[in-house]
Amino acid sequence: MKKIEAIIKPFKLEDVKDALVEAGIEGMTVSEVKGYGRQQGHSELYRGAEYVVEFIPKIKIEIVVSNDDYAKKAVDAISEAAKTGKIGDGKIFVSTIDSVLRIRTDERDTDAL
Amino acid sequence: MKSKFSALMALFLPIFAIAEDKLDSGDTAWMMISTALVLLMTPAGLALFYGGMTRSKNVLNTYAMVMGAFVLAMVVWIIAGYSIAFGAHENATLQNVFGGFNHILLDGIKWGDLSGSYPTYVFIAFQGTFAAITVAIASGSVIGRMKFSTWMVVVALWGLLVYAPIAHMVWGGDGAYLFDEGALDFAGGTVVHMNGGLAGLVLAILVGKRSGYPKQAMKPYSILLTALGASLLWFGWYGFNAGSAFGANAVAGVALLTTTVATAAAGLAWMLIEWVIYKKPTLLGIASGIIAGLVAITPAAGFVSIGGAFIIGIGGSVIGFFGVVTLKKMFKYDDSLDAFGIHFLAGLWGALMTGVLALNDKDLLWDGPMKESADRMGQFIVQLESVGIVALWTLVGTIIVYFIAASLTGGGRVSEETEEIGLDETLHGEKVVND
Repeated sequence: MKKIEAIIKPFKLEDVKDALVEAGIEGMTVSEVKGYGRQQGHSELYRGAEYVVEFIPKIKIEIVVSNDDYAKKAVDAISEAAKTGKIGDGKIFVSTIDSVLRIRTDERDTDAL
Repeated sequence: MKSKFSALMALFLPIFAIAEDKLDSGDTAWMMISTALVLLMTPAGLALFYGGMTRSKNVLNTYAMVMGAFVLAMVVWIIAGYSIAFGAHENATLQNVFGGFNHILLDGIKWGDLSGSYPTYVFIAFQGTFAAITVAIASGSVIGRMKFSTWMVVVALWGLLVYAPIAHMVWGGDGAYLFDEGALDFAGGTVVHMNGGLAGLVLAILVGKRSGYPKQAMKPYSILLTALGASLLWFGWYGFNAGSAFGANAVAGVALLTTTVATAAAGLAWMLIEWVIYKKPTLLGIASGIIAGLVAITPAAGFVSIGGAFIIGIGGSVIGFFGVVTLKKMFKYDDSLDAFGIHFLAGLWGALMTGVLALNDKDLLWDGPMKESADRMGQFIVQLESVGIVALWTLVGTIIVYFIAASLTGGGRVSEETEEIGLDETLHGEKVVND
């Protein structure tokens, strides 16, 4: 089982969601996060006082899939939908998941996905 | 000023001829509307203008400092301020700066009395809104760290010791020092804006900087409120400037148009300056330019041409921008919302430029070397003298007032913890947004 965590630009969320649905991914968890990478922050200006805002708003999507095949599909879908070609498009992290439990039925691992 | 002015109107503009002491319903209606317009400037305009610029934890305190100052200063005005400002002291030396106590609680003024062509009661209320906005302007320099109790004592004392004598000197009629010198201040560039702005700076230095200033980011709660406040100030300013013609007449029309022109030009100027220097035209910048323009044209409103209004408005923004961006950083004072940078500096500019640009037109000029002998240099020197005397009086008076207020309230500054948590919760028990 694989977990895909993607940090994307907030305005790309709808596109990414549609692409994931099309790729057959049935569920996801989305959170509003803040951070910075190479893009750094941006500055705000109030009467000549310049404040650097380091942490800028991003969206984090988390998906867990049953195999490498789905993981590749999901990564490709996100990468394609979230790309603008400009700095700050985000990153996708893939990791291995040890176990999953569906709380309602006590199903485990791939059955629970 | 008002009596000389009406006499002048009767002489030179027969179409508006008003016999002294006969009520004119048009003038009365305009002065009552003007009073309401000027009133709107403080508890709505200035309070939103300042409140929006404050950090979210201090918004209600900032608003309360303005609104609280307004209600208290108005009461003080009725009790003794009016008497000191517009009374006539029998001792000629004292009359230079002090109108005496003959009209304490408006003693001796009857409801049927007239001030030129409209009721004296209306004049008292109109002038009260000026007294009350002046001290409220100063609050912008000390938000976020002054005790509310100290501020209230400052407001009460300042209205009597600083505002009223200055208003008397400039507008107090025959025998009042700057009035006799012939200083031209149409609607309060020296009396209101220089005075309030300088008092703000003095208080800011005495009470000290906000903790974390200037390193910590202090971001405004909502520029939207500030922009709305600036717009309400502009709206109300028609009462402030055109109302200072003291009648529904052609001079009021001059003030109305110069106010519009100078303000629009100033808003545009600030926007462009920012756009060139910082690459972005900020809304706060446009709003700041509007205020700088309104302040700058105030002393000149009824005296200058449309070309003069352009120069004064644009210059007001240049000077204000310099004050806010350069001067403040250079001298490292925490004039938090720039009461000094905008009101004092643009007011100073406007007061001096009134001498330079006043039209040589006896129908418009009140008094002074310019009117008497077309002596522009002489007029400029009188303007210089008036800004110097006002600034000196404000400086000394505000220091005295602050030390009395701070000692009566056990120090003028809130505790470090209070400042950290925010003054809304700690001093007022309220929050601007409950979510």
